[in-house]
Amino acid sequence: MPTIEHITWIVLFSPLVAALGILLFTRRTPTVSAAVSIGAALVSFAASVKLFFAVAGGMSVVMAPQVWLSVGTFTVEWGAVVDRLSVLMLLVVTGVGSAIQIYSVGYMKGDSGISRYFAYMSLFTFSMLGVVLSPNFIQMFMFWELVGVSSYLLIGFWFERPAAAAAGQKAFIVNRIGDVGLILGILTIWVCAGTFDFAELAAKWKGLGLTPLVLAVAAGFVFCGAAGKSAQVPLHVWLPDAMEGPTPVSALIHAATMVAAGVYMLCRVSWLITASPMVMMGIAWIGGVTALMAALIALTQADIKRVLAYSTLSQLGYMMMAVGLGGSTEAMFHLTTHAFFKALLFLSAGSVIMALHHEQDIWKMGGLRKRMPLTFGAFLIGTLALGGIWPLSGFYSKDEILLLALEQNTALLVVGLVTAFLTALYMGRLLWVVFFGEARDRRLAGHVGESPWVMTLPLVFLAVLSVVGGWYAEVPRFLSPEYHAVAHSDKVMAGFLAVPVIGFLLAWMVYGKAPADDAVMRKGLGPCYRLMESKFYFDECYGWVIENVQGGAALVCETFDRWIIRGAGVGGLTGTARMLGWAVRTVQSGNLRFTLFVTGAGVVALLFWLLAG
Amino acid sequence: MPIRSANGRINERMTVVDSLFLFFSVALVLSAVMVIVSPHAVVSALYLTLVFIFTAGLYILLQAFFLAVLQILVYAGAIMVLFLFVIMLLDRRAPCRWWSRNLPALVGGPMVGLTFGVAVWATLKRTTWPEVAPETLFRGDLAQVMTPVFTRFLLPVEITGLLLLAATIGVVVLTRKEGQP
Amino acid sequence: MMIGLNHYLAVSAILFGLGLTCILVRRDILLILMGLEMNLNAANLALVAFSRFGHGATGQVMTFFVMAIAAAEAAIGLAIVVALFRKGNSTRVNEFTTLRG
Repeated sequence: MPTIEHITWIVLFSPLVAALGILLFTRRTPTVSAAVSIGAALVSFAASVKLFFAVAGGMSVVMAPQVWLSVGTFTVEWGAVVDRLSVLMLLVVTGVGSAIQIYSVGYMKGDSGISRYFAYMSLFTFSMLGVVLSPNFIQMFMFWELVGVSSYLLIGFWFERPAAAAAGQKAFIVNRIGDVGLILGILTIWVCAGTFDFAELAAKWKGLGLTPLVLAVAAGFVFCGAAGKSAQVPLHVWLPDAMEGPTPVSALIHAATMVAAGVYMLCRVSWLITASPMVMMGIAWIGGVTALMAALIALTQADIKRVLAYSTLSQLGYMMMAVGLGGSTEAMFHLTTHAFFKALLFLSAGSVIMALHHEQDIWKMGGLRKRMPLTFGAFLIGTLALGGIWPLSGFYSKDEILLLALEQNTALLVVGLVTAFLTALYMGRLLWVVFFGEARDRRLAGHVGESPWVMTLPLVFLAVLSVVGGWYAEVPRFLSPEYHAVAHSDKVMAGFLAVPVIGFLLAWMVYGKAPADDAVMRKGLGPCYRLMESKFYFDECYGWVIENVQGGAALVCETFDRWIIRGAGVGGLTGTARMLGWAVRTVQSGNLRFTLFVTGAGVVALLFWLLAG
Repeated sequence: MPIRSANGRINERMTVVDSLFLFFSVALVLSAVMVIVSPHAVVSALYLTLVFIFTAGLYILLQAFFLAVLQILVYAGAIMVLFLFVIMLLDRRAPCRWWSRNLPALVGGPMVGLTFGVAVWATLKRTTWPEVAPETLFRGDLAQVMTPVFTRFLLPVEITGLLLLAATIGVVVLTRKEGQP
Repeated sequence: MMIGLNHYLAVSAILFGLGLTCILVRRDILLILMGLEMNLNAANLALVAFSRFGHGATGQVMTFFVMAIAAAEAAIGLAIVVALFRKGNSTRVNEFTTLRG
């Protein structure tokens, strides 16, 4: 009977084995590659379930870390932590991941790089599981970076397309910027506490007697890393561009798992975050701002995947807000339900895109409800869950967060409610424009049909989870047994429910009549519409900064290099050598008399010197 | 050498040797100056021959008889003849106005030479050579000079022989015209 | 007046100085070689003087060798002058600057 340790390693390493196996052996046989990858994912899922029952039965396993390398006082350990938090995340990653990989078989059919795709998928799964299972900062950082690499590979999967290649780079670079902060944070913690291990730090961090400034610095830096991965303002710019990747990739990475890594990490190091109220407030507000801003932008986008991308940003903002308000349990709850319905939405969108031959502009879609009923049903469930309609899962998780805000910070509550309204509005817009009315582009809609079962089955699976996920209110209680929901009255809950309902109503009023384009909204919002459509000009700002500030710095460096290093330094050296050479060369004038004169004078001088001495 | 006169007092009068020395040295110096100053190369060569002859005279005064003869034979006889041969061969009739357009050398040359002479003279003034008894003054007979040559200094003799051989071959090679064997 | 070592050495020094001057002042390579011979003679004179005044045969032996070598050197030098003259039709030293560096 394999021990818990073995099962944990099975969970972690089967995707890695699959990835290596595919890259080495099965590149030419795409079906075998798919089977290997999906098989490994399912194995991991089964093992995760086993771990879940073990943990639920009261066992909390932290495998004693083995020292991997140690230099003086700097020690790197290798181990795994299997507790309630990590096991929940394991289930989400492996479960949703398996479903998405099965879906990919249908979506990626006919692509020339299927083997490579599944290898990367398995690699990503391995990296993500590594992040979840890491018991110390160094190990987590290693896997953190691996996740970044996997996402770069997957976003830029169709690398012959310049847009895709650029998007991959953008994602990686913006992540890296956040990771600089993360490294600084890790080092700060090590300098203060002398260890990287989470368990040790959780016990001793608050008792170290560090000043509030140091606590804030450490927490702030670590949050930078989370902000990069989870795409919070101002490091959010990579997420919409990442839609260049295949839709299942968007589903897996940018809905369910990778972007959630930031939230997961903050929950894992909650001892660090809660030690600094200043940073917590900052996190909450950044989350709130991100949520609101992303919702505003989503309202104006015309690409179905971009709307969903900004929606992800918005929901991540909610999660961060929860973390900032001290509710890591609520954040993880929302993370779980969000994984379900966002993956569902992305996969449904993928079905639509594939049916319309990779058309992604919603203003070319329409009336798909009749032609793709199953997909429509899935999308509807996803929309309602995302909007937070009772009794779907999203209602429960989102409202827990709103209750937190109600209790602590009214301003953030307002932000949350406005965002919820906007969420319903833009999702309704999407729903009505894409699925209702008549097809706007007759040519495209000619032969649209339902997707094959390999794609619809995962949709059903995720839809079911989206519906029941919230009922299993055991989830929050599972995470922390002492959890009790914030006290609330039914009136408050009704109020929270009313907000998205109003949003959907407004959406029906504007878009229910299946307009040809977004004219109504444009007129209604006026100049704001342009602002929101241009994503608040973040990319343009960054571009300007990089071009001018970095360009200026580069110019300074280049001038310094050209004049001082090359000019004075190298040029000086060569010039000096050349001058010395010239000076010495003048002696070789070819003039015999001069030579003789110098010789004679030299003899006389020598004579004087010898005689004088 | 001081001459003992009849009254026993040492008479410090110029001996023949001394006056010969004076004559030879002055003549030497004057001839050397004429070597430098003459516009014709032939004239300079002849004055140089005179320099060698007077040097030989000084050798005789120094009792270096063998060397004096050798000086005349080799220097005045062979080397100067060779010089004159070459000068005649080159056959340049025009007198060389060596003082025109030559100012740097005219200034620098004598300066160096003069400085050298003055330096040596000043040093000599300060040096006291150890006393030499009259008996130990060396007489340069043939046997006296050549015995060390063929015993102690035999190797240099052989090497000099080789050197002269090389010089001979070198001269032949250097003065070949194009196409000559 | 006793003619001592110093006198002969003074003569030698003067002759050497004149030889040096001849080398430096004249432009004609033959004259330069003549100056060189004067220098060698001055050295010989000094050697013989030392040999006479207390140093035995060694000085004169050296003089012997110097003469032999001076002869060889004069021969080679004149051969070079001849070759140069054939090349440039002149014995003026200014005109031979091929060793300019």
